[in-house]
Amino acid sequence: MYSFNYVKPGSLKEVNDFLASNPEARPLAGGMTLIPTLKARLAQPSHLVDISALEELKGIEVRNGALVIGAGTTHAEVARSTHVRDAIPALAELAFHIGDPAVRNCGTIGGSVANNDPAADYPAGVLALGATVVTNRREIAADDFFQGMFTTALEPGELVVRISFPKPRRAAYEKFAHPASGYAMTGVFVAQTNGGIRVAVTGAGPGVFRWSEAEAALAKAFNVAAVASLTMPAADLNEDIHGSREYRANLVRVLTKRAVARLAGR
Amino acid sequence: MAKVEIVVNGRKEAREVEDRTLLVNFIRDTLGLTGTHVGCDTSQCGCCTVHMNGRAVKSCTVLAVQANGADVMTIEGLARDGELHPVQRAFTECHGLQCGFCTPGMIMATVGFLKDNPNPTEDEICKGLEGNLCRCTGYINIVKAVKRGAELLQK
Repeated sequence: MYSFNYVKPGSLKEVNDFLASNPEARPLAGGMTLIPTLKARLAQPSHLVDISALEELKGIEVRNGALVIGAGTTHAEVARSTHVRDAIPALAELAFHIGDPAVRNCGTIGGSVANNDPAADYPAGVLALGATVVTNRREIAADDFFQGMFTTALEPGELVVRISFPKPRRAAYEKFAHPASGYAMTGVFVAQTNGGIRVAVTGAGPGVFRWSEAEAALAKAFNVAAVASLTMPAADLNEDIHGSREYRANLVRVLTKRAVARLAGR
Repeated sequence: MAKVEIVVNGRKEAREVEDRTLLVNFIRDTLGLTGTHVGCDTSQCGCCTVHMNGRAVKSCTVLAVQANGADVMTIEGLARDGELHPVQRAFTECHGLQCGFCTPGMIMATVGFLKDNPNPTEDEICKGLEGNLCRCTGYINIVKAVKRGAELLQK
């Protein structure tokens, strides 16, 4: 690790001020991605600004029909939360399958969403559920937030504060986890929202994306057969030693079918 | 440099550390508690698992400064008054180890896991320990030991 200075401001306002005046500083929440990145000397921030204890980033509540989760909430807390289990059980399940127990005890929803790893689970849930990402400056719709591999609408010094998920009618997440890392080789989140059917795919492409063809087919008939005849084009998908792009394209369809089967029955 | 005060196994340790010092290095090098192992150093193997404020964490992926003010328990802190912790006894009874390198992490992960799930099925044990790797692949007895540990804890 290159050396850096660690600071732990006591309020969100102090964090905002610090980040604004130190452009090379980086916020540190759970550190599950950032610390390995630092250990590999892939980043050299001037400061780490510890935001893990900020009250403003804590808490899970249901407010005006939406489930609101503070950015500093760990995956373990989301998985255990009765609010999440009652309002959007698929989201609790998603959180329960991230990484491993020790990682879930540290890693946070805000960190996962801000990092936007192309194989992370949360981006699929946030996008499929049509959530709103609330930052220290503004509110950003999920459709505008995720902008491809490790890229989001966040500007320098902008921090995710909480995420607001409108309650869907039903939702399910299906993931084919890499057996060693637990990251999604492909993960598909299907949600029947008040605004229609949304299908978000992670792990398969360079960033999370909506499969609009499946959404249209499922809007006409919400059953497995509606998806079975679709083909996910492979050309723009990821290819690596773990699987070809055609393999991932097939996974997208299979996992979408599984998610729909769970929601609709056969 | 940063001043930290960390309660480790019930003892307050006030030390000065480099900001970039990892918790595992603080535990091993500064405090000399070498029961916590470094296996992969990439947050995968779980050999460095300790508890921070009662929750299992991988101490190779936590900074010592992040643990400032926290309560940390390592494998050395499990035994009470010369009596092994029930999970330590279970690993001994069931021979839940081969070379033993992963064992401290396995035991700390198990103690954390059994808090959330005191009566787990075999599948739940495998899922609960998925952040801990045994390169000897001695998982069969490890799973037995976790089951036995659950029984002993309930006695």
